[in-house]
Amino acid sequence: MTNHRFDQNIDSDSIDENFDSLEVSSRWTDFVSRFLKKKLGVISLIVIITMYTAGIFAPILAPYSYTEQNLERSLEGPSKEHILGTDRLGRDMYSRVLYSIRTTLIVTFAVIISGSLIIGTCLGLISGYKGGITDTIIMRIGDVFASLPGLPLLILINAALSPKINELSRWIDSNTFINGFQDSGAASYITIFFALSLFSWVGSARLIRSQVLAIRERDFITAARSIGIRPRRIIFKHLLPNISNLLILLISGSLGAIAGSEIVLTWFGVGVQPPAASFGQMLYAGSGARTFQAHPHLLLVPAFFVTMLMFAFNILGDALNDVLRRD
Amino acid sequence: MLVYTIKRLFWIPIIVLAVTFFTFIIGRLGPGDPISVASGQIRDPVLLEQVRIEKGLDRPIIVQYYKWLKNALKGDFGESYIFKGYTVSELIFPKMLISAQLGFLALLVVFGLGVPLGLLAATLHNTWIDPFIVSLLLFFRAIPVIVIIPPLLWVFAVHWSILPVGGWEGGIFDIYWLFDVIAIPIFNSHVYLPVFALSIGGFGGVARLVRITALEVKNEAFITTARSKGLSESRVMYGHILPNSLLPLVTVIGFALVGILEGAFFVEVLLGIPGIGRFTFEAVKSRDYDVILAMTVILSVMFIIINLIVELLYTKIDPRIELSDGNKS
Repeated sequence: MTNHRFDQNIDSDSIDENFDSLEVSSRWTDFVSRFLKKKLGVISLIVIITMYTAGIFAPILAPYSYTEQNLERSLEGPSKEHILGTDRLGRDMYSRVLYSIRTTLIVTFAVIISGSLIIGTCLGLISGYKGGITDTIIMRIGDVFASLPGLPLLILINAALSPKINELSRWIDSNTFINGFQDSGAASYITIFFALSLFSWVGSARLIRSQVLAIRERDFITAARSIGIRPRRIIFKHLLPNISNLLILLISGSLGAIAGSEIVLTWFGVGVQPPAASFGQMLYAGSGARTFQAHPHLLLVPAFFVTMLMFAFNILGDALNDVLRRD
Repeated sequence: MLVYTIKRLFWIPIIVLAVTFFTFIIGRLGPGDPISVASGQIRDPVLLEQVRIEKGLDRPIIVQYYKWLKNALKGDFGESYIFKGYTVSELIFPKMLISAQLGFLALLVVFGLGVPLGLLAATLHNTWIDPFIVSLLLFFRAIPVIVIIPPLLWVFAVHWSILPVGGWEGGIFDIYWLFDVIAIPIFNSHVYLPVFALSIGGFGGVARLVRITALEVKNEAFITTARSKGLSESRVMYGHILPNSLLPLVTVIGFALVGILEGAFFVEVLLGIPGIGRFTFEAVKSRDYDVILAMTVILSVMFIIINLIVELLYTKIDPRIELSDGNKS
């Protein structure tokens, strides 16, 4: 995964970031060209991008509002006006699917950026580079989180935190210039975001740490250290570029897991709260053998999109894994 | 080895303390403190205050935690707020038994079917069967439990009516007496759907892992050696490839258990099985905090211990793996 050019006779003077970035960019193009050969991987990437783009533009694409009820036309199958039918309250299923993708997208990206990328990567870098007591503390905390049953804890944390966050959002509404914070439903997003971030950093921190340990003793790092470069600069200028391809693996691996957690938590009733649309709620509303018998579209519509999304994430993760780990 | 084991054992109480403290605080931070949840419609502030003092809920949170911990160590997790008159332990343990039975069966299915299927795919690597199995496994891994159960229920319980819609009667087995002498245990019809639903995720994971390791092992030098000295193909498979492919499986037992446990939450709710998953669901819905707290603590301790055992087991099986405190690895 790492290249070996640095190993050969390198003098400390020539170490600068240009050299690093040059190395990285060549590896990136190589990486992209190898990924493009994986047909299934590319297809699933396209599926994910298409669905997510649809989610981003949900307000434009959706024919109805996701809260607009029409009780006279509830539980209808697909028709011209409602191409995926309507739910129990006569809300348009197609619009709700679009907004559900949007919900998943928001939660996933927020958690990945904060949990896996920022917290996880930083802790992994620090832990691997510093070693000693810092490393022990960080990794032991990670062990604690990793050895806990994640889902029950997430459920508990969400059940306990969400009213607090709700209170906070009401306070924000009445005491600051921001209005409509409560109505926007942002509170439940924030709760689930905190809870998921808490658990998502461990995997990335471990992966990054192991990689840092592998390259920490390499000559170019020793050289950098010997000419007196500060640790922070070494970590971010010399270590980080060398593990950047791992970050892709991390993102692709956690995308599916986090999206799944969000859906599952909402299904359990502790995730995103109504009126916000989420696949979890749609699936819950459609489950039940009798409901399924009478109105199969209630379950099949969200189930189709959720399965497709999860399937795409899995295949993409496998393809990236193959590409990155082959060497 | 011994030093390492002791070191790890030493960590267990610390981790458990941290986890319980963390969950306790979160539980108490929650809205509507336990007393107002338990009192329901009664809204007499004086009376509520009195009960609160009686239960020690007016004391600082550290004191409350200390008291709770002292009782919890004795196996007393307090009283349920919703099911009045029952202690949490009385409520939890019978339900745990049900979930444990199902989980154990599911674990057997996960490994009992996953391993042969993975090996089959690896053996037939160059035929169409391998990609077929692989995509099937991917599909199983991708399809969430909450998606698959309703259609299954509809097909088996409503449409064909060969399985019950859900619920839980009796144990895992029904005993049939053949000629009134030989007892044949047959799975209770309530068992099939939950066990299937619990095992599909882990089953795919195990099969994929076995396949990948078997393929890697296949290309190793010692396999070529084994072949070149004239061993039969089945001997190579069962004597050399199989044992070496099974090694990584030890590490997955922990993951498989976690998967089954998490699945239990959804499977039990959807199929109406009175296990801990469904119980937690109800406890969360009705904010029965002491139940949630007890559940979290019990599950956490269980998992910390399982993880430790798996880790020690792994090093025991594969002597190449050296134990370290994590500073150097």
